[in-house]
Amino acid sequence: MSAWAAIILRDVRLAYQGGGALLPLIFFLLVATLFPFAVGPDGALLAKVGGGALWMAALLAALLPVDRLVAPDAESGVLDQYAVRGLSDEGVAAAKIAAHWLGFGPPLMIAALPASALLKLDGATLGRLELGLAVGTPALAALGVMTSALTLGLRGAGALAGLVMLPLAVPLLIFGAGALGPDGMGALKLLGATALILTALAPFAAGAALRASRD
Amino acid sequence: MFRGWPSRPLRTARGPLIPRRAVHIFANPARFLSIARPLTPWLGWPGLLLIATGLVSGLFLTPPDYLQGESVRIMYAHVPAAWLGMAGWSGIAVASLMQLIWRHPLAAVAARAIAVPGALFAAICLLTGSIWGRPTWGTWWEWDGRLTSMLVLFFLYIAYIALSSAGAERGSNDRVSAIFGVVGAANIPIIHYSVEWWRTLHQGQSIGLAGSKIDGSILWPLPLTTLGFTLLFAAIVLMRMRAMLAEAKVEARLKRMASE
Repeated sequence: MSAWAAIILRDVRLAYQGGGALLPLIFFLLVATLFPFAVGPDGALLAKVGGGALWMAALLAALLPVDRLVAPDAESGVLDQYAVRGLSDEGVAAAKIAAHWLGFGPPLMIAALPASALLKLDGATLGRLELGLAVGTPALAALGVMTSALTLGLRGAGALAGLVMLPLAVPLLIFGAGALGPDGMGALKLLGATALILTALAPFAAGAALRASRD
Repeated sequence: MFRGWPSRPLRTARGPLIPRRAVHIFANPARFLSIARPLTPWLGWPGLLLIATGLVSGLFLTPPDYLQGESVRIMYAHVPAAWLGMAGWSGIAVASLMQLIWRHPLAAVAARAIAVPGALFAAICLLTGSIWGRPTWGTWWEWDGRLTSMLVLFFLYIAYIALSSAGAERGSNDRVSAIFGVVGAANIPIIHYSVEWWRTLHQGQSIGLAGSKIDGSILWPLPLTTLGFTLLFAAIVLMRMRAMLAEAKVEARLKRMASE
């Protein structure tokens, strides 16, 4: 088994074992529950704005695990071991992104099913939401790992992470929410383009940040 | 395998892409200071003078616009602030690249020095735009492409400042904020082209290389304030860089005294 696959497997196993993968989902559902309390349980209104609210909940849920994506491995010296073995930091970052997505993306898409019932979304909107999440969550995972590497070891890293990650995630939110309408194909393509750019860029930024944190 | 950023300048067949001398000539802080110190007043005072001239003539000498009336005069502050808000992040991105590629010691100082005035001018741009929008568009805020991306740029500035000051507190190198500076630069072309991609409320580009769609009678103070604010911005950046270098010097001296 190659080193990359081993890293991915290890991180996925850790994510599911610790129950850490569950936390963002509960948070996601909690936000979906809070939203009707805030705007009132009017079905027509919820159906209209619910998809966008779920995208926002996904963004916030992506922020939640940021403080323990890289930091535990950096503190326990696992990242140093990878470096000693000659694994490139960019590769480690890419493997971590893939592992984080496996622990974050598909569960979030499953959690979107009950959440869409809570917000009274119709079937077509739900389909477009799931499609958008499938395209957009890799980029959210990539941004999460990148933010985690950038704020590694800084005081107040949690608050800093929100400040760093959310402005970069704005295009995902705009195009993701835009893709919910019946004529959302154009926005979906833009969402795909944005997600590809972010996912391709993030391993290099995260890898450079990991290297900078080491010396 | 990808092992770190290239530590040597990029090379072409005939030699370095950018001569090493050109990059490293100001790597020595003493040499930089010997130029920055006299340059600061030569940038700052003419800048203030140009701003004063431009604002006075913009407020009292130019005729009101035929459509927008007197409110058009806020343009003399809004346009330079928007330009400097975007130019500031471009400067951060260039300085960050220089720091990452050539490990230029002053580039990190320059990027950090640009961040605060850049954020200030982005905020001025948003505020004056909002005040201008109320009488002309009938709303304080509109979710228009250019306004949204400028607001995102403002938040990026705040994140950059928070990130670099948290890094400085820990005493680490500034490479992390440099990486963020390069990544955040993706927003600059979006702001620039937003008025062409999403035509909503903000007007398209009025001034280009080919000429201006604004009448000359109200346009002429604008270059004065733009140049003035730019010179003032440069002077502020130089002052902040000098202050940071002085701070580093004091810290180094204290450390040396403590160890003796």
